[in-house]
Amino acid sequence: MNRVSGSNETGSLSGSILLACTVLRGLMFAFAAAATDDPLYRFQALIVVAAAVVGGFALNAAMAAGLLVNDQSKYMDGVVKAGVIATMFWGAVGMLVGVVIAAQLSFPELLYFPEVGWLNFGRLRPLHTSGVIFAFGGNALICTSFYVVQRTCRARLFGGVLPWFVFWGYQLFIVLAATGYLAGITQSKEYAEPEWMTDLWLTIVWVAYLFTFLGTIWKRKEPHIYVANWFYLAFIVTVALLHIVNNLALPVDLLNHRSYSLFSGVQDALTQWWYGHNAVGFFLTAGFLAMMYYFVPKRVGRPVYSYRLSIVHFWALIFIYIWAGPHHLHYTALPQWAQTLGMTFSIMLWMPSWGGMINGLMTLSGAWDKLRTDPVVRMMVVAIAFYGMSTFEGPVMSIRAVNALSHYTDWTIGHVHSGALGWVGFITFGAVYCLVPWLWKKDRLYSDKLVEWHFWIATTGLVLYICAMWVSGIMEGLMWREYTPQGFLAWSFIETVSAKHVENIIRTLGGAMFLSGTLIMIYNLWRTVRLPSVDTSDALAAPLPAAA
Amino acid sequence: MSMWKHHGKLERHSLLLIIGIVLVVSIGGLVEIAPLFWIKNTIEKVEGVRPYTPLELAGRDIYIREGCYVCHSQMIRPLRDEVERYGHYSLAAESMYDHPFQWGSKRTGPDLARVGGKYSDSWHRDHLIDPRSVVPESVMPPYAFLAGKDLRTQDLKAKLEAMTRVGVPYTQEQIDQSMTDLQAQADPFSSDAVALRRRYGDKVVNRDFDGDPARLTEMDALVAYLQMLGTLVDFSTYQASAPANER
Repeated sequence: MNRVSGSNETGSLSGSILLACTVLRGLMFAFAAAATDDPLYRFQALIVVAAAVVGGFALNAAMAAGLLVNDQSKYMDGVVKAGVIATMFWGAVGMLVGVVIAAQLSFPELLYFPEVGWLNFGRLRPLHTSGVIFAFGGNALICTSFYVVQRTCRARLFGGVLPWFVFWGYQLFIVLAATGYLAGITQSKEYAEPEWMTDLWLTIVWVAYLFTFLGTIWKRKEPHIYVANWFYLAFIVTVALLHIVNNLALPVDLLNHRSYSLFSGVQDALTQWWYGHNAVGFFLTAGFLAMMYYFVPKRVGRPVYSYRLSIVHFWALIFIYIWAGPHHLHYTALPQWAQTLGMTFSIMLWMPSWGGMINGLMTLSGAWDKLRTDPVVRMMVVAIAFYGMSTFEGPVMSIRAVNALSHYTDWTIGHVHSGALGWVGFITFGAVYCLVPWLWKKDRLYSDKLVEWHFWIATTGLVLYICAMWVSGIMEGLMWREYTPQGFLAWSFIETVSAKHVENIIRTLGGAMFLSGTLIMIYNLWRTVRLPSVDTSDALAAPLPAAA
Repeated sequence: MSMWKHHGKLERHSLLLIIGIVLVVSIGGLVEIAPLFWIKNTIEKVEGVRPYTPLELAGRDIYIREGCYVCHSQMIRPLRDEVERYGHYSLAAESMYDHPFQWGSKRTGPDLARVGGKYSDSWHRDHLIDPRSVVPESVMPPYAFLAGKDLRTQDLKAKLEAMTRVGVPYTQEQIDQSMTDLQAQADPFSSDAVALRRRYGDKVVNRDFDGDPARLTEMDALVAYLQMLGTLVDFSTYQASAPANER
């Protein structure tokens, strides 16, 4: 009893500190909004002020109502539930924007508005990429990591109200980035478009995330750190490193939204693609492999296939990935030695990637029948298969001669989507389908039939999307370099654009199907939450006899 | 085997694990990126490359704001078809004052590294206002609103100063005269154009880029930027195989 009330106070202490920081931040930005003569800066500052006001009142009310009980004998699952909801919400938004911009390329005369700049492709595209990578993927990573680290350490999340700060702070980052893109605030570095104020905010949130995660590991009642947590840790630490270095920039003025990168030209290009490729490697791969390493064994009831393989492929993966960036810069003004290094390591990367795939797939040994009986397992297995496919395609595209054809074309877009929709999307869907009944104490999903529908609609859409992009990408690459017998270029550029019209429409259709699958999933989850609960305790798992 | 036992230490000590991760992920970046800052021939000096004029810099900021880099590259690769389609392959020096770089990664539209001077100002204007009026099959968004928006110049000087701090060699005179230079470049009859050319080179032209002499709009700045892209180096005299360029 004593212990509980003691930790109660810790909860309200961290709550009070957070409240003070929120109020201070709100005041600071209120002054900044008043002082600046830059309308875009004021717009962003006012969003921060609004968030501080809403957040401050909500936090105050939560503390007054005694909601911040920090009972150390129970898991902290409220923030995981919020994360699941945010994941699905941003997933639907990000995919919807993707469908819209695909439709814009298919029917430009219908979907552009000359006087409405913020609806143009150039501003919506970063909204789509950041929406699916950072809003959908990021929330999925944060909420699953919070769930997994508690279960595998048998400890409540560290830091009192800190996990909630990470959650809401991250949502504020998303809102600032998204509204910024629409308003025209961007530093033009792909997947790192937010400007310096938003970057600083994300840095604070990310450090809080690292401490929440690490603090929970420090509290663990298991002697060993589970393999999923290695991957989560590598993801959190490396993304922090990448984010900070790539966003080194000098603001024009402390009251101006614009900043200029510390680096220029060649150096800036390689820094950006060192970041860009490792956003793939650590955000979209290491983090989601962590998800695989927890949810696949848990769902099929089998141990991870090989402990040694997980060690080897973990270290090999994080070592080799970092080198792969220059393959985005083949034949550019980047020195050739750097291009060659990038290519070499990209090809080597095939092996640890497939190590992860094998370890995930073979975990099903002795439970392959679940592929037929459990559509959620099937979703995760197809995710791993797509992981294997795109980590084979990637090394192929990184070969200089292949890249000469594929670079700048739709092939790259297809490759990204086989990874993003097939791997990241499906493994997340699988994890969330597992999580919702577990978190909301249901004995089943509302409908397995709807999972089947989701699976087949999304898979068909995905295949349509990828095939359309293979065809259009290879076609335009070949057309760009085709010569007539007389030795002239065979096609003008615009002919290669109009040649892709049908593929663009198929791509839009494929994307719309994938989005429909997501909407079916949201409906299914919603109905699951409304099922009657079974009584399952959220107390920490009892210690295993072996560990006692 | 003992190797696996040693790994157990990393699994029991989170700080060791973190140190291991940081060491392992640092090597690649250090080997690949760091040398670019001290190997001298990463960027060879090329005659003609200069910092952007204030109007071009403002135009470049609009190019970035509208996300043009999403669909247009500015990096011509040394491949036969690219050189014939777009012009001489891009040199590292040509983007040495680009903070950040605009090489791009996708060609939904054509490369723009040497678009400067290929079309008239009025073509660019028409094309930006309604791309399909000049290229019927185009999928580019329209940018008609640029012609109606006055160019924001309040932070112009601060922008040049910020560029200086990240290493672009603007002189104090160029910074002090930034507003004069900006207006001079957008006015075909400006008496300050001589001073503008003295500061930024003989090739700088002063024209009414947006065709609206009464106003200085975002269209002026963007077209001025597009019209200078790839024009700084004189490739009729540039020799890639000269000893100075083959270090």
